[in-house]
Amino acid sequence: MSSVRVLVGTRKGVFVLTADGKRKDWKIEGPQFGGLPFYHVKGSPVDPDRIYASQADDWFGQVVHRSDDGGRTWRAVGNEFKYNGEPGKHLWYDGTPHPWEFKRVWHFEPSPTDRDTVYAGVEDAAIFRSADGGVTWHELPGLRSHPSGPQWAPGAGGMCLHTILLDPATPQRLFVAISAAGVFGSQDGGVTWSPKTRGLSSNFLPEPTAEIGHCVHRIARHPSRPNTLFMQKHWDVMRSDDGGESWREVSGDLPSDFGFTIDVHAHEPETIYVVPIKSDSEHYPPEGRLRVYRSRSGGDEWQALTRGLPQSDCYVNVLREAMAIDSLDPCGVYFGTTGGQVYASADGGDNWTALARDLPAVLSVEVQTLA
Amino acid sequence: MIRVLLPHHLRSLAGVEKEVTVQVEGSATIRSLLDALEAAYPMLRGTIRDHATKERRPLLRYFAGGEDLSSESVDEPLPPAVADGREPFRIVGAIAGGSTRGEAAG
Repeated sequence: MSSVRVLVGTRKGVFVLTADGKRKDWKIEGPQFGGLPFYHVKGSPVDPDRIYASQADDWFGQVVHRSDDGGRTWRAVGNEFKYNGEPGKHLWYDGTPHPWEFKRVWHFEPSPTDRDTVYAGVEDAAIFRSADGGVTWHELPGLRSHPSGPQWAPGAGGMCLHTILLDPATPQRLFVAISAAGVFGSQDGGVTWSPKTRGLSSNFLPEPTAEIGHCVHRIARHPSRPNTLFMQKHWDVMRSDDGGESWREVSGDLPSDFGFTIDVHAHEPETIYVVPIKSDSEHYPPEGRLRVYRSRSGGDEWQALTRGLPQSDCYVNVLREAMAIDSLDPCGVYFGTTGGQVYASADGGDNWTALARDLPAVLSVEVQTLA
Repeated sequence: MIRVLLPHHLRSLAGVEKEVTVQVEGSATIRSLLDALEAAYPMLRGTIRDHATKERRPLLRYFAGGEDLSSESVDEPLPPAVADGREPFRIVGAIAGGSTRGEAAG
């Protein structure tokens, strides 16, 4: 029988939650690395027992841990992320030039075809690749050295590269998203990149429809539709049906189109999920009611999913990496909150239960569907 | 042998108990001590000092013999009591609680 393993990165360690395919009875293991913040924990689609975890704090800096036994034991692998050549400068919050400095890994994207290949999205924004299971890392410098690089600026969480989309059918094709630079695509395996922001509009920019500077929070895609991308931007939920060449807003009737996370149903490529957050000044759900919104039309029309979620006095946040979807049928949907709850639905979002209520603040949630 | 006391999280990372000992070739300085420590425990590279510049990470401090050596030249000889193992070299995490980076947001 199949089973699921949920990998939870928190501000104070890693937790691993497991259940069989019914997803009713859960076992929680952890914390591992108690007390240390983990920005992302993600397994390889090729070898699910291989898992990468990004530990990053102000004291000891970046440590990359790798497990080869499904998260039971770990070893530290390479933590040297050296920018290629002179790093140069980007814009600081006040618009002045600021040196590019490595701070942490926000996102690991293990290759869908090779167990030893993994990409890392880092702050200050750049993409790195390892072909030896994370032991050594090499930048794909064409992204950071794009002529627009000096115009990139940090979002409130830092200038992070947080989304990396790989396409198993077309391995040379990659997308990345950066707060707050925008979306970039490559057709040559990451050698050259071009902005993919036509249709985005951000009122915090002097020119709202500028090519560079949008605070993209997360992009999701269904594997069967490589040209359809769904985006939660700082404000606005957007979609593209032409591989990022143009975007249109699909926020529709959401109570707020600010938010961090977005994901796609495992079996219905037009069914998507977001968690609206009231505003960028408040960072909690509208009306103190934690609601996942589901659209079965790829956006525009949204349905509030509330059964099992707190509908009063709830002031947590759900961060960009903190939602995941398993591939069982019906698919399970999972998300974690800054209040330490991990919620799960085993029926595509209709009904929710709390798998954990009192973990440290959740930074990332990933789920593995195991045979 | 030089004795080194590591902070909790670095002991866990290195898989060691409270105190480790390292053998330093030649003159015992902070630099040669850390070189030897990182050679014996490669997982500590980058966590105490920067990979490239070898500068001490800003929120760590070096104490020995009741003195704060954090701002001393890393090429100065270590105090004799540390060099001959009577006293440990302490790597300490600065007290810097209350971070406002509560959310990796924006």
